[in-house]
Amino acid sequence: MNAMTLIAKRIGIAMLTLLLVSIVVFSITALLPGDAAQAALGQSATPETIAALRAQLGLDQPAHLRYLHWLIGLLSGNPGQSLSNNVPVRELIALRLPKSLLLAGVAAAVSVPIALSIGILSAMYRDSRLDRALNLVTLSMVAVPEFLVATLAVLIFAVKLHWLSALSYAPDNPGMGQFLRAYAMPVMTLCFVIVAQMARMTRAAVIDQVSRSYVEMAILKGASPARIVLAHALPNAVGPIANAVALSLSYLLGGAIIVETIFNYPGIASLMVDAVTNRDMPLLQACAMIFCCAYLALVLLADVVAIASNPRLRSQ
Amino acid sequence: MTEKKSLPRRDVLRGLLAAGMLASAGAVRSAQGNIQGNTYSGAPKRGGRIRVASVSSSTADTLDPAKGALSTDYARLYMIYSGLTQFDSTLNAQPALAEEIHDTGRILWTFKLRKEVQFHDGKPLTPADVVYSLLRHKNPATASKVKTIAEQFQEVKASGPNEVQIRLTGPNADLPAILATSHFLIIQDGTTDLRTAVGTGPYRCKEFNPGVRTVGSRNTHFWKPDKPYLDEIELVGIADESSRVNALLSGDVQLINAVDPRSIRRVLASPDHAVQETKSGLYTDLIMRQNMSPTSHPDFVLAMKYLLDRELTRKALFRGYATLANDQPIHPGNRYYLADLPQRPYDPERAKFLLKRAGLIGERLVVYASPAAEGSVDMASLLQESAAGVGLNLAVNRVPADGYWSNHWMKHPLGFGNTNPRPTADLLFSTYFKSDAPWNEAAWKSEKFDQLLLEARGEADEVKRKQIYGDMQVLVHEQGGIGIPVFISLIDGYDKRLRGYGSIPIGGLMGYQFADSVWLDDAMTHAARIPAMRSLPA
Repeated sequence: MNAMTLIAKRIGIAMLTLLLVSIVVFSITALLPGDAAQAALGQSATPETIAALRAQLGLDQPAHLRYLHWLIGLLSGNPGQSLSNNVPVRELIALRLPKSLLLAGVAAAVSVPIALSIGILSAMYRDSRLDRALNLVTLSMVAVPEFLVATLAVLIFAVKLHWLSALSYAPDNPGMGQFLRAYAMPVMTLCFVIVAQMARMTRAAVIDQVSRSYVEMAILKGASPARIVLAHALPNAVGPIANAVALSLSYLLGGAIIVETIFNYPGIASLMVDAVTNRDMPLLQACAMIFCCAYLALVLLADVVAIASNPRLRSQ
Repeated sequence: MTEKKSLPRRDVLRGLLAAGMLASAGAVRSAQGNIQGNTYSGAPKRGGRIRVASVSSSTADTLDPAKGALSTDYARLYMIYSGLTQFDSTLNAQPALAEEIHDTGRILWTFKLRKEVQFHDGKPLTPADVVYSLLRHKNPATASKVKTIAEQFQEVKASGPNEVQIRLTGPNADLPAILATSHFLIIQDGTTDLRTAVGTGPYRCKEFNPGVRTVGSRNTHFWKPDKPYLDEIELVGIADESSRVNALLSGDVQLINAVDPRSIRRVLASPDHAVQETKSGLYTDLIMRQNMSPTSHPDFVLAMKYLLDRELTRKALFRGYATLANDQPIHPGNRYYLADLPQRPYDPERAKFLLKRAGLIGERLVVYASPAAEGSVDMASLLQESAAGVGLNLAVNRVPADGYWSNHWMKHPLGFGNTNPRPTADLLFSTYFKSDAPWNEAAWKSEKFDQLLLEARGEADEVKRKQIYGDMQVLVHEQGGIGIPVFISLIDGYDKRLRGYGSIPIGGLMGYQFADSVWLDDAMTHAARIPAMRSLPA
């Protein structure tokens, strides 16, 4: 089996997974107690107003019909109308998704190089003082809950020092200064969460390679430690590292909810939380699908990188 | 009704009570001192922009007055629209878009509209706009929050080029106050798409992004001369309380509502910020369903009322930012408040006696509480302690806020509810206590009460009306199925450069109506130190 068929097969499986996920998402959201009509009217619901609103929102149709409509809509790029304010779901997502992607992108751009450097350095100087110090730092970073990091950062940098903004609102075309002020704390908080995991996995993957016999051969040939790790071990460790990075990054979209809440960042995770509280099923389902897509895409990408970086598969 | 002569005495008593409250409140309210100074210093200035953070904002945010559900919605709606009437600081309805109001027998009301009022798109305000705005609440398809209130509009019609007539199904002296609430704000005739808003209010809707922000820009043709003062107001929601306070203290926002009493010290520690306490009619109440056992037993009801430790609730739960309540819903700031109704004390002995008489000692009961009803979880724990002391075994079932109103509220024998301030005694009583009201929380039925309610609506004589409402308070206090420990104060935090800020006891953020009153005084000494307004997009 060559690399191309392998990749095609992976994509096929991803598609099938998405279809199954759509069924699961649709049926699970139907299990939530109450519906959009009840949530919208809240304390002021009377049977009459609820019935009127349900009919208006199309909630009186049977579930399988609603699923089919929704799936067809989804495939044609129209995930329906938001029930809570009658705006197309696409519009709501179009406002939030770019913001989430931007935050995730910046966080990834900062955290991946840091994590890889930490991991590779630790592996190169395994069991040295540097290795132990880096271990200690990364482990304590991942052990501190992110709401604590974020809140402390706000108290120090925004409330006390007035250096940064407590809310993360960047204007549409921010200057460099504005951008830094708005994004510094959220990005830092997210990095706290994901750097450690990636660094640890990178270290493990590189060390795994370093203990192989071909590395021993390189050492016997007199290669320097840096050359051994960077030129010999690392290319073979790309597969597992890519997987670790993909898993960590998939957290940046949906997992950013705490950061979005504390900094009032208008991202897609808080959109999904809104959707749950308002029982806004089309929006909730669309968000869930986006998260699943992003996750699958990242994992797929990691697979492709792993396959492409594997000479045994590449050459066949 | 023999109390007519005692009225002056009652007023004196109330005056004394109010004075006493002020005296005891001295420490807090150095903050209030600031406000007085704040409100009356210097002439209003034009210009500047502020950012305001309210408690919540989600994709359910709305520009439709009929659908407004939360403080952020109300603030947004009052920013963009005006009503026929508006509240003053004592919740009396004053003329707004209506210049003159006449009534015949409190059934037929005539509103003469102010001339030369313009909508934001330049169209003049006409009677057709008013008729449309009021009648749409009766249409089930509007799914209006105030449909039940609007049912009493038998007919709304234009009765002249600048005049609207409302005929009610029965007399109601409170119509002007009802029309001042945000749900009855005036929109343009025929409006169905409310994704953007055209109103007659102080700010035009420049940007509306549900769950993110609303930006209003100064309406240069506003019908109140010289107002509003600010160029722009940005309204956002910050759900997390500590984030909201942090945003205020860091200068990212200039005004916030719903400050937790525990955070007040932090706000006051800042030289540039102050808090505003609004003593309101907001309450969280213990509900004892009268159609379920054993909560329907009169001795049980009374025993539970004696078990509410009101003073401790006020001090410990709300750090003093609350007013003692007396198991009836009219708060001391209301002009119909019955001041000489004796305060029910915390009396476990009495409660024990009553429970024994009802044969309920040793009984196990579940009480439902939720963060959805402010403070109810802590109140339930206090009650559990007091009850344990007299041999009643209460189990507190804490349920999530999500879905509380549809799944738990009024569904269990013993639970908690929460009622926002209402503009009139009639609205409160008809919504929560009338025998056939859908939200008669305790399923309490009293023919006498219903009769008095209707009588008060049509009563033209204020003195008699006050007496009737007094009798109704006594009825609820003595027989009603709810216990109200305290009225909870609303607390806002603001940047001291914000001037003209005050309180209207219908809600925080100056009764949600701060938009047309506030201005910015940038000349203050601290100004240079707080880097406010900085990251606002131009």
